[in-house]
Amino acid sequence: MNESGRYAVGIDLGTTNSVVAYVDLQSGEDNPALTVLPIPQLTQPGVVENRNQLPSFLYQPHESEVSAQELVLPWGNSESSLVGVIARHLGSKTPLRLVSSAKSWLCHGGVDRHAAFLPLNTPEDVAKVSPLQASIAYLHHMKAAWNHQHPGFALEQQDVTLTVPASFDPAARDLTVEAARAIGLHNLTLLEEPQAALYSWIKSSGEQWRKTVKVGDVILVVDVGGGTTDLSLIAVTEEDGNLQLNRIAVGDHILLGGDNMDLALAYRLKAKLDAEGKQLQPWQIQALTHGCRDAKEILLGDSGETAVPIVVPSRGSKLLGATLRTELTREEVEQTLVDGFFPQVGIHEHPRQALRGALSQLGLPYAQDAGITRHLAAFLAKQANAAVDLFGHTGADFIKPTAVLLNGGVLKAPALAQRLMSVINGWLQQAGVEAARLLEGADLDLAVARGAAYYGFVRKGHGVRIRGGIANAYYVGIESAMPAVPGMAPPIQALCVAPFGMEEGSETSPSFAEFGLIVGEPVQFHFFGSSVRRDDKAGTLLEDWDRSELEELPPIQAQLPVEGRRAGEVVPVRLAARVTELGTLCLEAIPRDSSQRWQVEFDVRGGAA
Amino acid sequence: MTFDPTSLPATLDALHLVLGLSSVVFLALLIAKSKPAPPALVSPEVAQPAEAPKPAPQPVPALKTHSPDAALQLLSLLQQEARFVDFLHEDLKGFSDAEIGAVARVVHEGGKKTLKQYFTLEPVRSETEESRVTLPAGFNAAEVRVTGNVVGQPPFTGTLVHRGWIALETNLPKLADGHDVRIIAQAEVEL
Repeated sequence: MNESGRYAVGIDLGTTNSVVAYVDLQSGEDNPALTVLPIPQLTQPGVVENRNQLPSFLYQPHESEVSAQELVLPWGNSESSLVGVIARHLGSKTPLRLVSSAKSWLCHGGVDRHAAFLPLNTPEDVAKVSPLQASIAYLHHMKAAWNHQHPGFALEQQDVTLTVPASFDPAARDLTVEAARAIGLHNLTLLEEPQAALYSWIKSSGEQWRKTVKVGDVILVVDVGGGTTDLSLIAVTEEDGNLQLNRIAVGDHILLGGDNMDLALAYRLKAKLDAEGKQLQPWQIQALTHGCRDAKEILLGDSGETAVPIVVPSRGSKLLGATLRTELTREEVEQTLVDGFFPQVGIHEHPRQALRGALSQLGLPYAQDAGITRHLAAFLAKQANAAVDLFGHTGADFIKPTAVLLNGGVLKAPALAQRLMSVINGWLQQAGVEAARLLEGADLDLAVARGAAYYGFVRKGHGVRIRGGIANAYYVGIESAMPAVPGMAPPIQALCVAPFGMEEGSETSPSFAEFGLIVGEPVQFHFFGSSVRRDDKAGTLLEDWDRSELEELPPIQAQLPVEGRRAGEVVPVRLAARVTELGTLCLEAIPRDSSQRWQVEFDVRGGAA
Repeated sequence: MTFDPTSLPATLDALHLVLGLSSVVFLALLIAKSKPAPPALVSPEVAQPAEAPKPAPQPVPALKTHSPDAALQLLSLLQQEARFVDFLHEDLKGFSDAEIGAVARVVHEGGKKTLKQYFTLEPVRSETEESRVTLPAGFNAAEVRVTGNVVGQPPFTGTLVHRGWIALETNLPKLADGHDVRIIAQAEVEL
């Protein structure tokens, strides 16, 4: 590792907002200050402001929409695509030029994530970018902001920790790294967002955290962001008298977050206005959504207000007589959000099954069941045995968290946090165990970036480190050699290539089984992940398995270059896995007759985009 | 309410509000004077009107005219967030207080957001209003105005009528060189 970096920089590349935080590694303090980087950005044409968050939006302006001289940033002219507040602002009125949720596309295996197809379904003369390019654009802006404020300490030279959802698959992690490499970041580490939130909590509670958690604790991290919900379990153990933190499980990728909630409220109000005979224009619904965002914070807070008026001013300069006024009541918010998104459900009530079945669909695979508590119940039940290795006892029906850490702006609302805790504690009470405690003092908006920056400091040998390794076991599908049966796909066996919990810097020995690769031709493999099969070793061959145990991921692809061989020749190869220092999984094909290794691609290009 | 708003007072109120807000900006700009401007982006306080190159600042106390840029910029911010200019241009005649009230919420919420975003405001005096306060000799007359029975020498003791406001920090957005601050709000044409 390069020691030249003066700062440990954490970057939260979020679905809706991105944040940069940093620690000065040369301060020499045990508890160094964490600083959030103000990010100068255009807020209007010609207007530049500092904000802590860079909205993760990209706008492709029409050439006559804004003049180049209005797009000046402190470090020079803006790129032709705009990012940040101005992109969100312009895009709210011209959505066909707006790219949003690029991060969710990055994790969508049904599309070619290198292909320029965003914004989706727009006329040809709107310039398109790929999900990867959009991510690069956000990172590029943050790098420029950093370099402008830290002359002599270019971001490329610093230790950068980039956060990813715990549920990101290997392909999405690779793409995130590719985006970071594209802007020249090489001293790079990936960190899962729920872990970052926990690091931030540890940092902000100082030494106090050692008293707050104890050996045997299972900490549930619930991170509800703008667009996604991310779950993780972290177990507390002891080694040589020191507390150890172990990330033992992560949840599925759930596209469900605060934006869905604001939209749900706006549609509720729209229905109310419809009933009064008031037809709404699309721009009014958007303004309502905006109003609902602020109103919900008041109504879900402790203020005791029972209704908040929501006013949508006219678009024209005449305000009086043309302004739409309605009210959002506490009851409506509670029904829509508290009961709609956090319903009181039993531990056995899980979301209606709609997993990643339709990988070929175009459009993001939004969660079909809005009940976050149902997703949580499914996660806890699925991970019932996650702590067996550490604590020696199974969770029976479900794993029982003893402490809960919340993250994400949505959970700032006390009513939602309380409901979530009461549902969890209801399950625990029914199971006859103690209620889980809420870990207080988290900073829900900026925690991920702050935790990532602190992690950079921890990696230098200060403080406690969360151990984890990969949170899935990975398998490659092998079509078994048996006579073809018409109308039946040949049965597939799953070969474990990367066992659960592989740590950074470790590798498996090449598989015993061999695959035939045709030189010069790409060969695709079925690829599976399992977040529950913890004991399969590399090389374990599964004949059949429970469908809930193994989840099929987008196919992976290997290709042997022609050099030194004859095109069309079939070469037997073995597979080996490696987890890189920066935290990505790497699968390699090793031909029997040489020691060379060829990387297997997780992101198969030229897919259905 | 028996108060009947006629158009003349309404216009005067508008004028006063604008003037009042502008003076807040000017005061704040004086505080924020020392900030360096990055290349290509100009802070409004250093922007010179293009047509009139001014002589070097004089060391003797003198009246000065500030560039109107910052005032125009603040108007634009208030218009964007609070529909400030739209509202003050409305003729209130013929509208009920409820209708005016609904719009006042827009102005209030947006205006509040704007103040919070760009200024750090604090009362000049921390005591409760209507309480007795004592001003020592050498008190800052720019911060505290004494009225009524102003005779003799300080310390003065009197009733705090208004706590005052002071802008401790001003953080107005930076503007691009070619940005025309006279455009308070762009006309909008939907295609």
